[in-house]
Amino acid sequence: MNRLRAPHLLALVFGIAFLYLPILVLVLYSFNASRLVTVWGGFSTRWYAALLQNQALLDAAWLSLKVALVSASLATILGLLSALALARFGRFAGRTLFAGMIAAPLVMPEVITGLALLLLFVGLDAERGFWTVTIAHVTLTACFATIVIQARLVMLDRSLEEAAQDLGATPLRVFLAITLPMIAPAILAGWLLAFTLSLDDLVLASFTSGPGSTTLPMRIYSSVRLGVTPEINAASTLIIALVATVVVLASLLIKRDALSRT
Amino acid sequence: MARKSLGNIRRSFAPWADPAAIPQVRFESVTKRFDDIAAVSDLTLSLYPGEFHALLGPSGCGKTTLMRMLAGFETPDSGRILLDGQDLAGIPPHLRPTNMMFQSYALFPHMSVFDNIAFGLRQGNLKREAIAARVAEMLALVKLEGFAGRRPDQLSGGQKQRVALARALARQPKVLLLDEPLGALDKKLREETQYELMDLQAELGLTFLMVTHDQDEAMAMADRISVMERGRIAQVGAPEEIYEMPANRYVAEFVGDINVFEGVVDEVKGEIISLDGRHGPIILDDPDPSLAIGQTVSVAIRPEKISITLEEPAQPTNKMTGEIWDIGYLGDFTMVQVKLDGEAGQLVRVALPNRSRRAERPIAWEDRVWLSWDVEAGILLRG
Amino acid sequence: METGTSLPGRGWPAPRWLVVGLPYAWLLAFFLLPFLIVLRIALSDTARALPPYAPHWTGWAEVWGFLQALDLESFATLIADTLYLDAYLSSLRLAATATLVALLIAFPLAYSMASAPRRWQPALLILVILPFWTSFLIRVYAWMAILRPEGVLDALLRGLGIIDEPLGLMNTETAVLIGMVYSYLPFMVLPIYTSLERLDRSLLEAAADLGATPFRRFISIVIPLARPGIYAGCFLVFIPAIGEFVIPDLLGGPETLMIGKVLWTEFFSNRDWPLASAVAILLLLILAVPLFAYQHFARKEAP
Repeated sequence: MNRLRAPHLLALVFGIAFLYLPILVLVLYSFNASRLVTVWGGFSTRWYAALLQNQALLDAAWLSLKVALVSASLATILGLLSALALARFGRFAGRTLFAGMIAAPLVMPEVITGLALLLLFVGLDAERGFWTVTIAHVTLTACFATIVIQARLVMLDRSLEEAAQDLGATPLRVFLAITLPMIAPAILAGWLLAFTLSLDDLVLASFTSGPGSTTLPMRIYSSVRLGVTPEINAASTLIIALVATVVVLASLLIKRDALSRT
Repeated sequence: MARKSLGNIRRSFAPWADPAAIPQVRFESVTKRFDDIAAVSDLTLSLYPGEFHALLGPSGCGKTTLMRMLAGFETPDSGRILLDGQDLAGIPPHLRPTNMMFQSYALFPHMSVFDNIAFGLRQGNLKREAIAARVAEMLALVKLEGFAGRRPDQLSGGQKQRVALARALARQPKVLLLDEPLGALDKKLREETQYELMDLQAELGLTFLMVTHDQDEAMAMADRISVMERGRIAQVGAPEEIYEMPANRYVAEFVGDINVFEGVVDEVKGEIISLDGRHGPIILDDPDPSLAIGQTVSVAIRPEKISITLEEPAQPTNKMTGEIWDIGYLGDFTMVQVKLDGEAGQLVRVALPNRSRRAERPIAWEDRVWLSWDVEAGILLRG
Repeated sequence: METGTSLPGRGWPAPRWLVVGLPYAWLLAFFLLPFLIVLRIALSDTARALPPYAPHWTGWAEVWGFLQALDLESFATLIADTLYLDAYLSSLRLAATATLVALLIAFPLAYSMASAPRRWQPALLILVILPFWTSFLIRVYAWMAILRPEGVLDALLRGLGIIDEPLGLMNTETAVLIGMVYSYLPFMVLPIYTSLERLDRSLLEAAADLGATPFRRFISIVIPLARPGIYAGCFLVFIPAIGEFVIPDLLGGPETLMIGKVLWTEFFSNRDWPLASAVAILLLLILAVPLFAYQHFARKEAP
């Protein structure tokens, strides 16, 4: 293909600047010594130090991390099972309802899913906290994991599995030796997606958490409503750095993996 | 069948001709439907030990389905499949003594060549050393020593094909299934590999069942060919029989090239049939007791069986006259199209071998020529 | 080719019923059942207790009694009070505007990405996806710092001498629009890029060869072939934008009405659970319109 022409370059620069400038501003001001947003008081890491003293924020971060780890893992297991059912079982009783329930949370406003789950938990008289938030997150993110894994399963060359079976491998061996390694990148991607969605979720957590179980987004949200604070800037910068590192590493891994097998 | 055998062809290997021979694989009235479309319908076929059998037909004729039913990937709706006398019904693919070479080769991309070939061996209780020895033996067989550590994506198309072959042979299957084994190779490599596969089959004495849509491939490699049409077998036979004595018009048209003439049966005398053709009388040596005088039939003549002369041939029948319409030089031979005289103006294809490098072509466009062929060249088309 | 229907039938690693059953049971319990409860509560009386609603029926056997005692009070309130209708309409209007603006920004971006040299494309793709992975809440928050009075934008424009007075964008509908476009832009770029990336370059060359000007080529080749991606992108932006809560709450002002925010307020501030449930049910009904529209267009585009 020929070289990029000027209008294209302009669109790229403008678009990517639009996507990144706000984040950049945030990161920049997290290092601002001044509490005032528009005044540059010199470079400082004082807000990061303050962050370490903020026990409520640290507790919330720890809770969010736990919820994200547990819910992403459960969601990936459920997502793998649903993807296998949708991609491999052909027609089965109740498939339409199943596929519908997989797709629905993707387009459902979170306020509705959150409201519905809270009403369920109230009806069950369940104590709201870690587990109710985790269940809510699994319900949402399992659908995303299903879509990611299903896409890979559908693209997987069936003759690979048939060849393994033809060579004497039992169905369990076929699954472990062929199917699982081949869809491993999608499983990882599904887990990462579930993890970040859970870590990021405000709405579902607000509905389904109880007293004493405030997640990081809830904590950030309640302080952000009161206005811009440098401490939150610092916390945001750390989250962005963490997520960006994980995503870039994961995409490099998946890319290397894809290169080594095509 | 009330057909004459071809006197000039003798096969040393022809167990199908021996009524006492026991088939190794037997499809008995096998039917398989996909959504009301019969992929295979009421098909019966026997394969004999050591036979190289080709299933030939256009895509969608059911040849792949038939093979996949033997491998266990599809279940027949009715009928039985027997291997060495044992009914295969209910036996899952991984317990069947057949192995398959897949069209795409289906090499496991996340495993080395060694691990690919060893995969089937590891499903048993074989010792590590025994597996290594067997893999080495297989690599030597397909001439890929030194490639054990490579990954499939580091191999050329031909090398992948050999690894797939070695992998399928490693478990010493009773029958080797080949799904379009040469389909992914380029022409030159295809011809080389053809002969290697044939040598290998002769050396191992294994039964090979090959699926192909390429008639040249089937003709060159197989002991017998089953020509398939819409889930049924149109004809089973040695390549020479399929080509020279096609059972019906479908087979005659699918395998090779034909010219078809129509005629009314004039006389049946012994084995010689006389026809009153539109372009002149035709006689052919292809008896059929069911023929009636006055019946309209079709006769097929292969292009290479027809001669072109500028003068009228002496024979009273099997000759037609026309004008050179087109000359296509193809290297090894030249395909000439002749437009016959008469209102229909039928085009006849004639293949002329180019035996000499510098000879002037005796004919040119718009020349008036005579076409003629021997009594035994004509094939009476049924069906 | 024929699909293997027999293979998964027998001897799967886990029994079939377990593979399907586990996620099925989960979704029934935590997705379908909650919705039936929402429906039931929407049809209940408001009662200021915890749970703040008085169920009209208590047993499955009283279905008929339930139907007779159906209480449409909450829905009547929704219709009677124009606040809700206004909120629905304003949600639709804001979501539609945000979708349009996102399309106008995303299309040139996606087109340029697809026109970039092949070896740049994976990196460009990651660049566009990356913000989507970083926290949604934080990205909205970032705009608070930019748009607020005496914020980054004001300071910048004032420094350049373009304005004297603060723009006062914060807590306006414009701020909400900016926030929505910014947050959902990757959802618009990705499907359009995907459809453009698959576009066969020789089609454009053929059109040029047949005498089409660059503009004609764009109108009659690029746009039609990118249409599935455009539909998908609009759908992916419009749907979540309608029910959005965080963006109007943080960037919008008191006059910014969006249905997601109304639902939140009814639920958390006014503790009117039946009304909140009724709002949710109506929101779902409204969402069904673009869903079916998308299905219709997607089916029409499918070859």
